Amino acid sequence: MALVLHSRRSKLTGLVIGVLLLLTGMLASILYGIHTFEIGQVWLAYTQFDDSDAHIIITNTRMPRVLIAAAVGGSLAIAGAIMQVLTRNPLASPSIFGINAGAVLFIVIGLAVLGSSLTMNGMVWIALLGAAVTSLLVFTLGFQGRSGFEPIRLTLAGASVAAFASSVTSGIMLVNKQSLEAALFWMIGSVSGRQLDHLLIVLPYLVIGWILSLLLTGSLNVMALGDDSAKSLGQRMLLIRGLSVIAVVFLAGSSVAIAGPIAFIGLIVPHLCRFLVGNDYRWLLPYCALTGGLLLVCADLVSRFILMPKEVPVGVATALIGVPFLIHVARRRKHA
Amino acid sequence: MHRGKNQKAFFIVVVLSLAMLALSIICLSIGGTSIPLKETFLSLIGKNEEGSNLIIMQFRLPRILAALLIGAALAVAGAVLQGVIRNPLASPDLLGVTGGASVAVVAFMTLFTGYSIHWVPFIAVAGAFLVAVMNYALAWKNGISPFRLVLIGIGISTAMGALTMFLLISGPAYLAAQVLNWMTGSIYGTSWKYIEVLWPWIAAFIPLSILYAKELNVQALGEATAVGLGSRLQLSRMVLLFYSVALAGAAVGVAGTISFIGLLAPHMARKLVGHSYKLVIPVSALLGAMILLLADLAGRMLFQPLDIPAGVFTAGIGAPFFMYLLFKRKAAD
Repeated sequence: MALVLHSRRSKLTGLVIGVLLLLTGMLASILYGIHTFEIGQVWLAYTQFDDSDAHIIITNTRMPRVLIAAAVGGSLAIAGAIMQVLTRNPLASPSIFGINAGAVLFIVIGLAVLGSSLTMNGMVWIALLGAAVTSLLVFTLGFQGRSGFEPIRLTLAGASVAAFASSVTSGIMLVNKQSLEAALFWMIGSVSGRQLDHLLIVLPYLVIGWILSLLLTGSLNVMALGDDSAKSLGQRMLLIRGLSVIAVVFLAGSSVAIAGPIAFIGLIVPHLCRFLVGNDYRWLLPYCALTGGLLLVCADLVSRFILMPKEVPVGVATALIGVPFLIHVARRRKHA
Repeated sequence: MHRGKNQKAFFIVVVLSLAMLALSIICLSIGGTSIPLKETFLSLIGKNEEGSNLIIMQFRLPRILAALLIGAALAVAGAVLQGVIRNPLASPDLLGVTGGASVAVVAFMTLFTGYSIHWVPFIAVAGAFLVAVMNYALAWKNGISPFRLVLIGIGISTAMGALTMFLLISGPAYLAAQVLNWMTGSIYGTSWKYIEVLWPWIAAFIPLSILYAKELNVQALGEATAVGLGSRLQLSRMVLLFYSVALAGAAVGVAGTISFIGLLAPHMARKLVGHSYKLVIPVSALLGAMILLLADLAGRMLFQPLDIPAGVFTAGIGAPFFMYLLFKRKAAD
C-alpha cells in the first residue's frame, strides 16, 4: 500500500502536527459560534472569573463541549480500530458489539420507569451499565463453541443483539410516549448541553481504555497476522482478546454514555489513518486518537454554522467533513 | 452424503413453504375483527358473500402479500450482496439504496408540496437507483473492488443520512413526523395498487438471482479462483449488484426502511442449508417473507387499536430465532 508517511521521522512529525492541529481546532471551537470571543477573554475567564455572560459561556458551555468532543472522537476511533482487528472485518465498528444499541435501550427503559426524575448524571450511569451488559451478552454468545473464538460468530452475535435491542427500544418508545422526547434528544448523539461533571464520571474508564489500548498495540500487530501465526509466535490469544474487548467496552461505552450514539467516526477514522501510516498499530492507534478527536471537534464547530442560529446534529457535520476524505482515500488505495 | 444433504435442504424448503402458507391464512383471519377460517377460505376462492369478504380482500390480503413480497425481496437482496461483497456485514443499506430513497422522499415532500402521496414509492425507487449508480461510478477504477464499493457506499449512505437530517431540520415540523413515519418501515397503507407495482420486480429478480447463484458460488471462492474458473468477474458483479439494488429498491419504495431482514435472513438460511447460494437464496426469501409477516402481525395485534410499523418488530422477532441458531450450532459442533 502506498503510504503517505513512510519513515519513522515523518510519522513522528505527523504526530506533532496532529497534536498542534487538534489544539488549534479546540481553541477555535472555544472561540467561534453564535458568540465570538477573543483569546484574552478565555484567559481571563479562568484567571479572573467575573460572572459576565462571556465568561459563563466559555467555562460552562464551550469548554466542556470541546473537551468532550476531543475525548469522545479519539476514543471512538481507537475502539473502532481495535474492533476491526478483533473481528477481522474492516466494516466493524463499536456499534457492532451492540454497545450503542444497549446504552440507548437502557436509557429508554430508565426514562420509562423513572420519568423526569432521571438526572443527566443518572443517565450517564445507566448508559454505561447498558453498554456493559449488552457487550457481555454479545461476548458470551460470540465465545461459544468448541473452536473457542470465531470472529464471524462474535460479529453476527453483536449484529443481532444490536438489532434486537433497538427493536425493543422502538417498541417501548411507541407505547410510552413521554419517554420519547428526552430519549430522542439523547439518541441523536451530540456533545452540546453536557457539563464537565459528566465527563468526569466516565473519565477514569476512558483513561483505563486509553492506557490499555496503548499497551495492547504490539499484541494487536501480532493478532492481525492471523490466528495460526499469532499462536505460533506464542501469543496468549484469549488474554489479548479479552483485554481488547475490555478496552473497547470502556472506550465506546463511556463515549456513548456522555455523547449518545455517534456513528461513522469509529468506522471511518481507522481507514483514514491506515492510509496515512499503514497497519502498524503502534502508530495507528495514536493517529486514530488524534484524527478522531480532530474530526469530532471540527464537526462540532461546523455544526454551529450550517443552519445558524439553529445547530444541526454533530453527526450531520461529521458526515459533511468525513465523507469527501473517505471517498478520496477509498479511491486512492490499491486493490484490497 | 451429498444426496442426503440435498434431501434435507428440499425438506426444509417444503416445510418453510407450508409454514408460510399456514401463517398467511392465520394472518388473514385474525386482526381487529376476527374472521372464522371457513369464511377466509371462501373469500380466497371467491365464494364469500358475508361482509367479511371486504375486510379480507381489500385490507388484509394486499397487506399480507406486500409483507411476503417485501420480506422476500429484502432477504434476497441481502444474500446476493453478501455474496458479491464477500462480507457478512453487508446489507442493502450499504449500497446507499435506503439512504437514496430516504433523501428522494424527503426532498419530494419538502420541495414539491401539493403532489399526491401516491408518487412516493416511485420517487423512492428513483432515488435508490440514482444513489446506487452514483456509488458504483465513484467506486469504479479499472473495475469494481468489493471493498472499495463498500467503503464508498458507507460514505455515501452517511452523507445521504446527513442530507435527510438536514432537510428535516430546515423544513417544517409536521413534515418531519410524516417522513419519520415512512422511514420506520410500515406496510399498513398497502392497497392493491402497490402490489401491482411490486410483484413484477419480485417475480423477475428473485428467480433471476437463483439462476445466477452459480456465479455467486464461484465468486465466494475468491477473486483469483473465480477468474481462473473462467468467470467474467466484473460483468457478473454488475449484474448481481443490479439484481440486489432492484429488489431492495422496490421494497424500500413501498415499505420504507425495514432493517434486519436484509442483514440476517441470509445468515439464518446458511445455518439451515449450508453455503450454496442455490439454496441460500430461496430459503432466505422464505425466511424473510415469514419474518416480515410475523412482524406485521405483531404490529397489528400487540398494541390494539394502535397499528405499529412492522419495521419496529422485524428484529424483535427475527433476532431471538437467529440467536437460537447461533446457540444450537454450538451443541452440534
